[in-house]
Amino acid sequence: MPNTSSRAFLMSASAALALTAGAVSADTLRIGLASEPTSVDPHYHNLGPNNALARHIFTPLIEQDAQQLLNPGLATEWEAVDDTTWRLTLREGVTFSNGAPFTARDVIYTICRIPLVPDAPSPFTLYTRAIAGLEAEDDHTLIVTTDGPAPLLPNQLATFGIISASVSGAEDEVSFDTDGCTGIGDAPASAEFNDPAFAIGTGPYTLDAYIRGEELRLTRNDNYYGDAPAWEQIVMRPLTNAGARVAALLAGDVQMIENPPTQDIARIEGDGFVISSGLSNRVIYIALDQGDAPTPGIAGDTNPLQDARVREALALAIDREAIQQRLMLGLSEPAGELLPAPMFGTNPDRPAIPYDAERARELLADAGYPDGFQIVLGTPNDRYINDGAISQAVAQMWTQVGVQTEVDAKTFSAFIADRNGFNFSAFLAGWGAGTGEMSSPLGALVATRDPDRSLGGTNFARHSNPDIDDRLVEALQTVDDAERERLLREASAIAMDTFAIVPIHYELTTWALAPGLEYEARADQYTLGFAVTQAD
Amino acid sequence: MSDISITPPVEKAPQKKAISPLRAAMLDFASSPLAMIGLVVMVVMVLAAIFAPWITPQNPYDLSQLSIMDNNLPPGSESFGGQTYWLGTDPQGRDMLSAIIYGLRMSLIVAVTATLCALAIGMAMGITAAYFGGRIDTLIMRVVDLQLSFPAILVALILLAILGKGVDKVIIALVIVQWAYYARTVRGSALVERQRDYIAAARGLGLGHARVMFRHLLPNTLPPLIVVATVQIAQAIALEATLSFLGVGVPVTEPSLGLLIANGYSYLLSGAYWISVYPGVALLVAIVAINLVGDQLRDVLNPRLRR
Amino acid sequence: MVAYLLRRLGQSLLAVIAMAVLVFLGVYAIGNPVDILINPEATERQRLEIMERMGLDRPLWEQFWVYFGNLLQGDFGRSFVYGESAMSVILQRLPATMELALFALVLAIVLGVPLGVIAGLKPDTVGGRSIMAGSILGFSLPNFWQGLMMILIFAVFLGWLPAGGRGQTTEFLGMRVSFLNLDGLKHMILPAINLALFKMALVIRLARAGTREVMMQDYIKFARAKGLSHRRVVLVHVLKNIMIPVVTILGLELGSMIAFAVVTETVFAWPGMGKLLIDSINRLDRPVIVAYLMLIVFLFVLINFLVDLLYSVLDPRVRLAQRGTQ
Repeated sequence: MPNTSSRAFLMSASAALALTAGAVSADTLRIGLASEPTSVDPHYHNLGPNNALARHIFTPLIEQDAQQLLNPGLATEWEAVDDTTWRLTLREGVTFSNGAPFTARDVIYTICRIPLVPDAPSPFTLYTRAIAGLEAEDDHTLIVTTDGPAPLLPNQLATFGIISASVSGAEDEVSFDTDGCTGIGDAPASAEFNDPAFAIGTGPYTLDAYIRGEELRLTRNDNYYGDAPAWEQIVMRPLTNAGARVAALLAGDVQMIENPPTQDIARIEGDGFVISSGLSNRVIYIALDQGDAPTPGIAGDTNPLQDARVREALALAIDREAIQQRLMLGLSEPAGELLPAPMFGTNPDRPAIPYDAERARELLADAGYPDGFQIVLGTPNDRYINDGAISQAVAQMWTQVGVQTEVDAKTFSAFIADRNGFNFSAFLAGWGAGTGEMSSPLGALVATRDPDRSLGGTNFARHSNPDIDDRLVEALQTVDDAERERLLREASAIAMDTFAIVPIHYELTTWALAPGLEYEARADQYTLGFAVTQAD
Repeated sequence: MSDISITPPVEKAPQKKAISPLRAAMLDFASSPLAMIGLVVMVVMVLAAIFAPWITPQNPYDLSQLSIMDNNLPPGSESFGGQTYWLGTDPQGRDMLSAIIYGLRMSLIVAVTATLCALAIGMAMGITAAYFGGRIDTLIMRVVDLQLSFPAILVALILLAILGKGVDKVIIALVIVQWAYYARTVRGSALVERQRDYIAAARGLGLGHARVMFRHLLPNTLPPLIVVATVQIAQAIALEATLSFLGVGVPVTEPSLGLLIANGYSYLLSGAYWISVYPGVALLVAIVAINLVGDQLRDVLNPRLRR
Repeated sequence: MVAYLLRRLGQSLLAVIAMAVLVFLGVYAIGNPVDILINPEATERQRLEIMERMGLDRPLWEQFWVYFGNLLQGDFGRSFVYGESAMSVILQRLPATMELALFALVLAIVLGVPLGVIAGLKPDTVGGRSIMAGSILGFSLPNFWQGLMMILIFAVFLGWLPAGGRGQTTEFLGMRVSFLNLDGLKHMILPAINLALFKMALVIRLARAGTREVMMQDYIKFARAKGLSHRRVVLVHVLKNIMIPVVTILGLELGSMIAFAVVTETVFAWPGMGKLLIDSINRLDRPVIVAYLMLIVFLFVLINFLVDLLYSVLDPRVRLAQRGTQ
């Protein structure tokens, strides 16, 4: 219930801001970014802002649409010849922004270069490690062999852009080998891509200038094979302070901003600006340590969280709608799984976990904790939308069913160190499914920890259930889409029925735009300037 | 370096008055109405901080008393339970008035503890330097000079980047930042006192170093120290608030005034000004009150400044 | 004299080395940057590979030797976040901070000196007293708080100025600067005033004290007796006499201005070195933290050394005192 007088105050303030706005050039789009890309190199850091920027300059073989469904990119067709062989048909007549033709050699070079990026803090090898062989049948046909069935190969090929082999200093013959490619010359350092002369791709834009901390300028690429985007120029400015970002939008300094703070959205809309929001692939969840007894955040020798009834009680005690209404102001979707329907592998008929404090108390009593217990809930407070506030709200709700909860809120860097050291009995975190399908959250958060199979890497709750593992492993080897989806659905249903993990909500990703602009909200949370259009 | 720490010997006119020196100082102090207002405000704030659990409408950190259904209410709103939130609520539905009083408590605990520790260390170092002189003096004062040549905020920031968050760590950082001021002040006045006859007499009686230093030298260096300490408490509150604002201070679960301001910062532009502004006002009042008291104390305790 | 300076130089070097060791041990003992930087979907094996490549798997003392050896060659390592030389990442942000600090310095003098002179000429008027009260507030209130209030008043309520960010920049002498265009200036006003307030309080006090002192001098009385106008006395004689200490002290304060910019840059989202430091602390970008601190420590040691040098050249008493002790 906002105070009306302060509201009127703010309205007039923003009206004044709007008046001072400079004339907006019709063919330049200015964007206020919430976080700055750390490099123009598309293979340096597998991180949202970097990947979104890379999409402007470099095109991947396969594109993902706003719902992360696959679309042709530099490859027009891809088919599984058998369980371990894929045939990719590359688009003909594509040229790089410097006019050189695009061929299979550039693809082979790109995949060869990915493991060689110096000092990459989060390399894309994650998505290329399945590849065992690459053979160019001709300039526009590529045969990919994998070291086992790799049904996710198309999703993985959609994650990185293709760079020019010639510009990067490759020889005329580039050949792939898992032990080291030949003919690739010296792999360029990431910093070189910050130079417009080096950042050569096949994307809709070319790099004009990259002034760290201040501005990133892109110019339309006239050699782009697809539809020409509406904007002659795109200027991205990092405005990491949310308040400053909103002010810049209202003042007309930028025409689009990422992540306007939830509490500002009503005001932004009230001023005639456009809000675009849509479900993201990110779930906010609470993990409950089921590994050891005793567990660090709970007094006593036992670990009540090993009892599924206790986990169910904690799940039911959370009033997801109150969080959605009061904290997220509608910008979240209460969750019943780890990925929102209708994404691949979800059970569309599963509702969000209901709120039932009465039942929660009963379950706690059944499990032998009629008076509850004490627990510490770890949480970052600068990573996800309103993360600290959500944890405090969850703590309130748990306390009210008898589980005395203390919140341990930290900056993400400190939180991560504690979480990875198994110092939390319960923690709140988020997971964005990069591939946009269910094997991503299940494999990372719920599958038994097993570095050899690359499973359970983020399963710091140490949940372990062979019923889930078996289905998941089988799904990861199944190239047939329908069968794979069935297996993933089953695995997800088991995980949810046993409260292996407690989902809270899916984040809605939000953009705010100047009046008259449109942007389709993307599940991968990328801000793509070329997809912004002028409404008729 | 730019400060000249050696004060010339003070000519103390023989005072033959009926009232005790303490009483005279108190009367002197009371002569400034502004300082008296500062003193009253200061006392009220200290009492509020000490008795916070009994006087606040709500324990802001007892989660069973909070409801997010009451969050972000503007000042003067009523909750579903009929309670009035005179200063509004924060995003957790916490009563801001209670949060501010608890925040003040945290700010004062940190500042006072840090000041007392720094005072003790600085005093010991300063007296030692002045009493022994020579190499010990040079060594101690070299460290003091070195440290005072860096801005306090920077030293504290480095320390906390290394130590991490936490009430204890903030206190450590503040102590390290502050002890040098006391050391320099004590040394200055102790150097003057050391020349006096009574010290020579005490030494002549064969009293030990420690006894002379702490029983005879120290009490006579106290007045300037009290003045410095008062001002430094205000500085410590301000510095702690700044560090917490930058996110390297106290943890979010035990917010001080600075952290409350930081937490409300993102709501400032959205119109929910009360989350940030009221703790800010509390901080302002606390610092100004302490400074008013400190200024008057300096005038009272330092006869040279009397005009 | 030379021996004295050499000794001071030696002490300064020692201070730099001591800081390097402390900073290294502190910064390298906290957290694991890979956990923050890596994509959460990465596998455990990949995580270990990255740690190995960054040298984070080695024992601390070994990391220290590598770091220290590189440091001696002027190499501060590569930023974990940007993959570029840490020092060059910092130097990219240097112009923004320097511009802000210099602009604030100018503001502090341009606004502080007249206010201080007024307070000095009319110490017992309402105006003079309010100026002094204002300067006490400028000294005692935390910088960030002043900044927030400025944002609240000038950006939120009045809507006159932007709340943060750097705005448009123009290329000038190979650097990007804000002061050459209106948008950039508008963005710079609030942060510059914020950064200037503390120093302005200092300037007011210096100017006030200087004015009062000068006004009591015989030559001022003489000048007045000669029939010079009040205006001329103030402008020529007073200003001339107080400008020297003000400018000297402020020059020395430039270093602390850069340090204080950490707070101002955070409040106003100004993309300078200070904000980079806070961001780097949050992202555990150790090479950048260390390089920033080394740069600042070096700067301060240099300034202090220059102060000593200047004093001993300018002030015969210091010189004599040095002789006396040797």
